[in-house]
Amino acid sequence: MQILASLLCGLIFGAGLLISGMTDPVKVLGFLDVLGRWDPTLAFVMAGALVVSAAGFAVVRRRPTPVLAAVHLWPPRRNVDRALVAGSMMFGIGWGLVGLCPGPALENLAGFSPRVVVFVLAMIAGTGAHALWRSRASSAPPAGDAALSTSDG
Amino acid sequence: MAAFDPVSALFGGALIGLASALLMLLTGRVAGISGILGGTLLSTAGDRAWRLAFIAGLIAAPLAAGLLGNPLAEAQMPASWAVIVAAGLLVGFGTRLASGCTSGHGICGMARLSRRSIVATMVFMATAVLTVAIVRHSLGG
Repeated sequence: MQILASLLCGLIFGAGLLISGMTDPVKVLGFLDVLGRWDPTLAFVMAGALVVSAAGFAVVRRRPTPVLAAVHLWPPRRNVDRALVAGSMMFGIGWGLVGLCPGPALENLAGFSPRVVVFVLAMIAGTGAHALWRSRASSAPPAGDAALSTSDG
Repeated sequence: MAAFDPVSALFGGALIGLASALLMLLTGRVAGISGILGGTLLSTAGDRAWRLAFIAGLIAAPLAAGLLGNPLAEAQMPASWAVIVAAGLLVGFGTRLASGCTSGHGICGMARLSRRSIVATMVFMATAVLTVAIVRHSLGG
């Protein structure tokens, strides 16, 4: 059931990206290009997403457990650290270079474009490189689930 | 490029917010795409299935739209292959180092008013704006 629920959520998420135009890197770069012909679309998409998710999370918080699982895995961390800022800067540069962030990149695989496939493979390589680097940096690497429970998203 | 359409932008955004709230309501998980993807490489088999299912749903959305007569337009990425690879590596490594991307920090985290996510979103937005400004407006663009 959890798998079916995830599939459904992925489908709705994907429909949202598609309908809002955010699968199109040209529109995303149009938002990021404040010195050019600015396209405000992304701001409207975020506003719509934030209002609905904030309201939804408020409802979810009143429930003791999720419908299909034992616990809500709300991200526990509150502190701003160097990794958060450095990682966000690296992400911002990559995003600004081609206009794809992880969601739209994966969704665009449906178009079978070689450039998208290469971008996604590089993105997965970067993700893997980070996992390798993390496991080497710490003498006692946390198990997969423990590492993920500290993730924000 | 399609013209700016505030209604479809708001409606599409609302669907993204709905999917994020539903995933937490049903499975207790945060709908952060970089985290969902990263977990498929790291986690145990039992934890991997829901992640792959979410990604499958994401990819199925434009395929379903295609069957309904609205095929996905090919993503326009005029950058060179080297830039595409570099950008992919930066997005993959950076989002894991920051523990989130546009969805995990920009939507789920900001909706919870998480200080970490607000800072992360301001940093990656500002860096991306600066990157586009440099690439488009000072490198012969």
